[in-house]
Amino acid sequence: MPNVIVRKRRLIPGQTSELVIAAPHIAAKAKPGNFIILRVCPQGERIPLTIADADAAAGTITIVYLVLGKTTAHLETLEEGDAILDLCGPLGKPTEITKQNGPVICVGGGTGIAAMHHIAKGHHQAGNYVVGIIGARTRDLLLFEEELGRVCDTVLVSTDDGSHGRKGLVTQLLEERLQADTGIAEVLAIGPVPMMAAVAAVAGRYGVRCMVSLNSIMLDGIGMCGACRVHVGGETRFACVDGPEFDGNLVDFHELSQRLTAFKPMERLSYEEFTKHHVCHCSR
Amino acid sequence: MCVTAPANPKGKIRPPRTPMPEQAPSVRAHNFNEVALGYTPGMALTEASRCLQCKKPACVKGCPVGINIPGFIAALSAGDTRRAYAIIRQTNSLPAVCGRVCPQESQCESACILGKKGDPVAIGRLERYVADTFMADGACEEITGAPTCPAGQENTRVACIGAGPASLTVAGTLAAQGIGVDVYEALHEPGGVLVYGIPEFRLPKAVVRREVEAMKALGVRFFINWVAGRTVTIEELLEKKYKAIFIGVGAGLPVFLNIPGENLIGVFSANEYLTRVNLGRAYTFPDWDTPVYPGQRVVVFGAGNVALDAARTAARLGAERVSIVYRRSENEMPARREEIHHAKEEGIELLCLHAPLSFNGDAKGRLASVVLQKMRLGEPDASGRCRPLACEGDYCELQTDMAIVAVGTRANPLLPQTTPGLRINDRGYILADTEKGETTIPNVFAGGDIVTGAATVISAMGAGRRAAAEIAQRLLA
Repeated sequence: MPNVIVRKRRLIPGQTSELVIAAPHIAAKAKPGNFIILRVCPQGERIPLTIADADAAAGTITIVYLVLGKTTAHLETLEEGDAILDLCGPLGKPTEITKQNGPVICVGGGTGIAAMHHIAKGHHQAGNYVVGIIGARTRDLLLFEEELGRVCDTVLVSTDDGSHGRKGLVTQLLEERLQADTGIAEVLAIGPVPMMAAVAAVAGRYGVRCMVSLNSIMLDGIGMCGACRVHVGGETRFACVDGPEFDGNLVDFHELSQRLTAFKPMERLSYEEFTKHHVCHCSR
Repeated sequence: MCVTAPANPKGKIRPPRTPMPEQAPSVRAHNFNEVALGYTPGMALTEASRCLQCKKPACVKGCPVGINIPGFIAALSAGDTRRAYAIIRQTNSLPAVCGRVCPQESQCESACILGKKGDPVAIGRLERYVADTFMADGACEEITGAPTCPAGQENTRVACIGAGPASLTVAGTLAAQGIGVDVYEALHEPGGVLVYGIPEFRLPKAVVRREVEAMKALGVRFFINWVAGRTVTIEELLEKKYKAIFIGVGAGLPVFLNIPGENLIGVFSANEYLTRVNLGRAYTFPDWDTPVYPGQRVVVFGAGNVALDAARTAARLGAERVSIVYRRSENEMPARREEIHHAKEEGIELLCLHAPLSFNGDAKGRLASVVLQKMRLGEPDASGRCRPLACEGDYCELQTDMAIVAVGTRANPLLPQTTPGLRINDRGYILADTEKGETTIPNVFAGGDIVTGAATVISAMGAGRRAAAEIAQRLLA
């Protein structure tokens, strides 16, 4: 049966899980930077999620999500053996990965760390020296440190409260690295919008290209609707087909963060309705 | 009032064109149920009796898929609805759809001889009546006839890319001849524009589902959530098992106005707005999850059927005021007259001779107003329509919380980009032989909006029909 969850791992109970899904035709094509669109139920909304890993031989893809609204809350109720109703992909342009002379820095925050994993892996396989910089508020919210360790030559960690790694933000670690090593080839960032904006600004100060992966609102994911549009370098671009990765120094992050709030009250209502009618599985 | 009906050549009194029963404007403006309710059997027989049964029927020439119109009307008059349906199905795979959304007034009905002196036969309404009556009965194969050879033979399979009107026509036509067809659709529901674009109140999704089910009964297989060019390429499909491929992916990308403020929250492409409401059933939110908030003061840009669909949808979602802003005058509006009439009845305002200049937003990035340039009409341009000219210095500002841009679409570059050898024209549309529909890759055909640019459902079906004829000839030879 297609789209069956073959493995589920609760990374942060009740908040974030990893699903390994049998989807051979997507796994065969998925490249770092690609995303999928899924629906959980017949009345469900289409939501985009970055592919965190793909195994063409096993015919599986991996996604990691944060429970943020109704669709992800519903997704969280699914268990191994359950199928995801609709799964469409791989979508978006893949990350440009070529052999670089200098190190590549992959910065991840929140569930963006998992999304970054696929890209770091791609650079690693291309023979690049990969520095992973990941951060979270506190140790318990940090994902994928071990997985990144397998594909990064160095992993630097920061937490806001200092419970693990350096106390502070990923941007501080990034800045130190950029100061110490003038040969950095490229920076990539995936995470919350303020983080990506800050990372792009730091990289920009050191004249290093910084690609960011945008998490705009999407509907079809194939360029039909324009919901995901954002100004990049003064031009309107669609994150779904022109991206999702763009030069972070050209992205209008202010516009992006505003557009992400377009349906907030309705998203909240949908989530509340759902939690009212479903038993919480987080403590299982 | 006394209406004198024209007499036919045999001296019989001919009744006037039978009006379509409709939901009252005041009622329908608040629901998503179908506006036109359909003929009763009595109405259908009365209307069918108006047909002159011309020896050389001009109406058939006016039909892009060449339906034997006098033939099906004669069968209907004789009380044989099943035969009427079978006659329509000989050349039209989606009769219940076409009876609703075809612009008959500029096609078959415009050629009807009765139209020269009075009102033409309501061919579209009769087509809808026949399709609905038959489909209510279910069993599709019974009427379309069993396939000439068993459907689904692995050595003659054809792939259709996209599940809109063009592809569905190819699929239906080939399947009826026993050729196996697999349809690959990027979205999660087959139907293309019939599902994501045309609203429920003009084309109930249940009608589309029935047409799709009818095709499944003929052996057509649907693969949803497959994005051609991403999940699978044309090359791979050709290598795989398919003898021929038909590309009918539509003209998917929205065109924006390219004016300041266009990325404010509250500015939607018609594609986004309609996809949320139609495919996502946002009008039932929160029962269905896809959200769209109700605009209070809605402005729609464009004057085609899509603009009208968006405007009428906004009214149904509770807008206080909906205005269609168009840079020319009502006479030049490309939408169907019937739709303009319906929209006005529902309280939609036409704000003609205005063009958008810029959008203004609030501190949170939400749309607050639009600045409009007043226009006047000049001399006719190459299209024959009067050219809109700006009245310099004459502006107005309209408070609005929702703007819907419905000024057209362009070609989605995904397939050409991922298909070596597939040639496109300078506007990005796929080059295809006008007769057979074959592209620059042998045995790969294309038709519908991805070849012609945005057009009608029926013209896409006409292209599908021509391509299917050629494919069938090659495969069954």
